[in-house]
Amino acid sequence: MSIKGKAYIVGAYEHPTRKAPDKSVAQLHAECAAGALKDAGLTKDDIDGYICAGDAPGMGPINMIDYMNLTKIRFMDSTDVGGSSYLLHVAHAAQAIALGRASVVLITLAGRPRSEGQATGTAPRAGNPLVPDTQFEQQYAAVTGNGYAMVAARHMYEYGTTSEQLAWIKVAASHHAQYNEHAMLRDVVTVEDVVNSPMVATPLHRLDCCVISDGGGALIVTSPEIAKSLKRPLVKVIGAGESPKGQLGGMVDLTYSGAVRSGAAAWAESGVKPADIKYASIYDSFTITVLMQLEDLGFCARGQGGKFVSDGNLISGVGKLPFNTDGGGLCNNHPANRGGITKVIEAVRQLRGEAHPKVQVPNCDIALAHGTGGMLGTRHGSATLIMERE
Amino acid sequence: MARKMFPSVPSAENAAFWAAAEAGTLMVPKCKSCGKSHWYPRALCPHCFSDDIELIPSKGTGTIYSWSHMPRAPEPYTIAYVTLAEGVTVLTNIVDCDPKALKIGQAVKLAWQKVEGGPQVWVYTPA
Repeated sequence: MSIKGKAYIVGAYEHPTRKAPDKSVAQLHAECAAGALKDAGLTKDDIDGYICAGDAPGMGPINMIDYMNLTKIRFMDSTDVGGSSYLLHVAHAAQAIALGRASVVLITLAGRPRSEGQATGTAPRAGNPLVPDTQFEQQYAAVTGNGYAMVAARHMYEYGTTSEQLAWIKVAASHHAQYNEHAMLRDVVTVEDVVNSPMVATPLHRLDCCVISDGGGALIVTSPEIAKSLKRPLVKVIGAGESPKGQLGGMVDLTYSGAVRSGAAAWAESGVKPADIKYASIYDSFTITVLMQLEDLGFCARGQGGKFVSDGNLISGVGKLPFNTDGGGLCNNHPANRGGITKVIEAVRQLRGEAHPKVQVPNCDIALAHGTGGMLGTRHGSATLIMERE
Repeated sequence: MARKMFPSVPSAENAAFWAAAEAGTLMVPKCKSCGKSHWYPRALCPHCFSDDIELIPSKGTGTIYSWSHMPRAPEPYTIAYVTLAEGVTVLTNIVDCDPKALKIGQAVKLAWQKVEGGPQVWVYTPA
């Protein structure tokens, strides 16, 4: 049994805020839910499935379901694999719909790390001593920044990848962000700007890192019957995959991510291949995250990511693989330190033809969204989603 | 002066490992059933799930698998993965080094760092 063609994304909403000191996290979740329902043309009482991750305050989905007073829920899930959660949430929603366990599933993400003044990627945090790796690792201050930086350093060592090549990823995102009125960083930057920005965690510079923003987003996934009764363009889920990757019992290998397996599953289920993808949302917590995923998903050969992203190849209207046309996490938004839901939202915009005209991909009929959650260099989740406009 | 670290809270599962660390010996777990070493230490072999694990004293040598320096941290430090002579790759810090001179593949040797409120922990320095 497959989810191919069994579910459609009919609602997609990105909160316009990037700084919300006057709002609560629960409120942001609910505002995103209301936005996605309005986008879909559905109402709160149509929702019978709800999925969230660790950014939702409360015990799994329970407190947010009660806050929003969703009274018809018969399917719930709170799988938390960091920023990649929301991509596999779409797949889990599609599975529930395919089995008849739900008909309209709401997925929300929201948070306020910017208002709370989090030094998200650089400040060591005391770990939970019950987590088995904490006692062996937290003393060394593996933070998000250097956890990804070690992957970049190894890639440079193995394949000769350069800081200038990584910088092209940020440059491409900035070209897209200039057209997004809500983007946190709208200035177009150059390769020189990136490599001359302060070093945060060698070899990653400040402009290799994503923004820290408040905000959120929501999605509505539903059955073919309901989707076809609505007035929105039809965005069909045709394939998905999910995979964790860790340290492999001490056999650490930083040259690939879980995307190798999540991508293979999504390609197999969808029946499409990298060359069929007109637009890709690729998780961009850091520039190196993008480069690794492009290789792991098969958009280029292993070790060739640096060449692939250079010279504007990811810029819409210029290169072969338009990516993150909203400006991505690098320039637009990384709400709750988790960029997964905005990856799906921009892919839906592209498939509907509702992206900004300056970045809209012509005849965008097949799109991919991919997320990497947790820490690429230690242990992470990977989730791949492939969608088609019907 | 050494960077201030969060103290480790040893689990009952790894009491023997931490007792050896306090005595100045880094132990690397090895499975008697499948013959493979593993990291980090645990009661069941992560390769075959056998509980027949022995702790072998590390030779104290290794090479840098990857590293990253944090120049803007309040106390700048260098994180690294070091592949030990025993074959496992461990997360650690490289200390007493010039971070500009570090290279992947470089030989390093074991050292111990005292931690306020917890057991001393293994770090590495250029060999």
